[in-house]
Amino acid sequence: MTTTATAGSVGLVTAQTLHFDEPLALACGRSLDSYDIVYETYGELNADRSNAVLICHALSGHHHAAGRYRPDDRKPGWWEECIGPGKPIDTRRFFVVSLNNIGGCHGSTGPASINPATDQPWGPDFPHLRVRDWVHSQARLADRLGIDCWAAVIGGSLGGMQAMRWALLYPDRLRHCVVIAAALRLSAQNLAFNEIARHAIEADPDFDNGHYLRNGKVPARGLSLARMIGHITYLSDDAMADKFGRELRSGSLDQGAAGAAEFQVQSYLRYQGSQFSGSFDANTYILMTRALDYFDLAREYGDDPVAALKNSRCRFLVISFSTDWRFSPARSREIVDALIAARRDVTYVNIDASEGHDAFLMPIQRYLDMFSAYMQRVEADC
Amino acid sequence: MRQDLAHILRWIRPGARVLDLGCGNGEFLELLRERRQVTGTGIEIDGDNITAAVARGLSILQQDLDAGLDNFPDQSFDTVVMAHALQAVHYPDRILDEMLRIGREGVVTFPNFGHWQCRLHLASRGRMPVSRFMPYTWYDTPNIHFCTVRDFEILCEQKGIHILARDMVGNSASHALFANSWPNLFALTAIYHITR
Repeated sequence: MTTTATAGSVGLVTAQTLHFDEPLALACGRSLDSYDIVYETYGELNADRSNAVLICHALSGHHHAAGRYRPDDRKPGWWEECIGPGKPIDTRRFFVVSLNNIGGCHGSTGPASINPATDQPWGPDFPHLRVRDWVHSQARLADRLGIDCWAAVIGGSLGGMQAMRWALLYPDRLRHCVVIAAALRLSAQNLAFNEIARHAIEADPDFDNGHYLRNGKVPARGLSLARMIGHITYLSDDAMADKFGRELRSGSLDQGAAGAAEFQVQSYLRYQGSQFSGSFDANTYILMTRALDYFDLAREYGDDPVAALKNSRCRFLVISFSTDWRFSPARSREIVDALIAARRDVTYVNIDASEGHDAFLMPIQRYLDMFSAYMQRVEADC
Repeated sequence: MRQDLAHILRWIRPGARVLDLGCGNGEFLELLRERRQVTGTGIEIDGDNITAAVARGLSILQQDLDAGLDNFPDQSFDTVVMAHALQAVHYPDRILDEMLRIGREGVVTFPNFGHWQCRLHLASRGRMPVSRFMPYTWYDTPNIHFCTVRDFEILCEQKGIHILARDMVGNSASHALFANSWPNLFALTAIYHITR
């Protein structure tokens, strides 16, 4: 699907859609009778189909991970720093598959899709999903693409949780599991942030108990506020100080200045919030944050992460970032220590980075070098 | 190849599970993998070293030896190796205990501070030795717990650590006999194979 490749980028890409008719039994007890998955691929699948890499996206991610749809697109895909020729996930070597998860709002079947039973948008009636539901749907995508075993399943944040779940549910279908800035389960503090985000959305008068699309409305204020809260938690104190400090965007703090002053950080957050609320579905946001909340890798293994990870057969790379407080290095070390105790092959690195949780998306040299070095090993195992 | 590493190689059984404490750029683990087909894991703190070791296809954990090793289960490795790091850790005695808790056997190498040149330097100049082999000033050195061959063996005896074998590296190959006959005076590097 890559038409032209410029240096360091996969170039122009197009999204594809696959329709699935076989009902998908979900963890909540319901099932999804049919659904679409939209995805992109970069690079070429080799003859023995051993060089495929799956990218699992985070809370607000989607299938467009690299390249551009049109030459004049303002922004490339969300993980352009890490996917492309000569980049850690080198598209000259790997066949990269990036999808939009079901429940999403970028083309795959989700709450904004039409429910065939009612001819209305699913809205809040869309089944609650768990991380494992995504993994099962991704396995079906792999079946359709003819991929028996991934060279690696890779994800950051919520995507890292999917990668770990893959290692337990389909231990023979991945050789490497790359878990970046993730956790075995959310902390109470993390649950609390997600609850505030959902509350912001639900408290918006336009939310209409989730049925806003029926009335052609969007709970933009609530969704915007949810994103603003989330955004603060993805950055570190230092990163915000570096980026905005106490700079004023307008007004003055001089004696006698009567009007309100606005800090740069205020306008930045508002901009982020409004951008997001114009392009993301509120019910999807609620669904994704719940999936995050409910994820607990070891729950069905007697709450023992060691027992859980003994079911895996792949090798692991775990990466954390020093100033990430949403998914702190301590959470990554819990994953690593459980893998050590389960006697699994694991490489762990904590990258010094000032960018907080968002560091996993940033061009931090040591991170890229380390990631590249590990992916060479993944390639050697293809 | 560093001479101490060549000596250690003889004590590693083919196919062993090896943990290398302070593995640096992974040179030794790579050698063990090639020559002994070991399953190796390295612990390292320096970022550039970790990247270099991972580029060799090794499994590396970023971890501070001084923060402890209690995340490793008892007897989870055949051999735990620590080359030229004993003198740089906060609690050398505790780390020896940890090595033999985690592994059935341990291999330790360290610079011998009892070497005659060190003694001469200290005796004649009254200053801490600085040489090609120990290039740091006393106030700016990673080496905070120097010991002599005799010190180490006394510690092993006190701890009930059994010395399976030892080997000494002297100034040059021709000094090997001296180094092995009078190690406390002539060994530059001491190499021990230990167990409990």
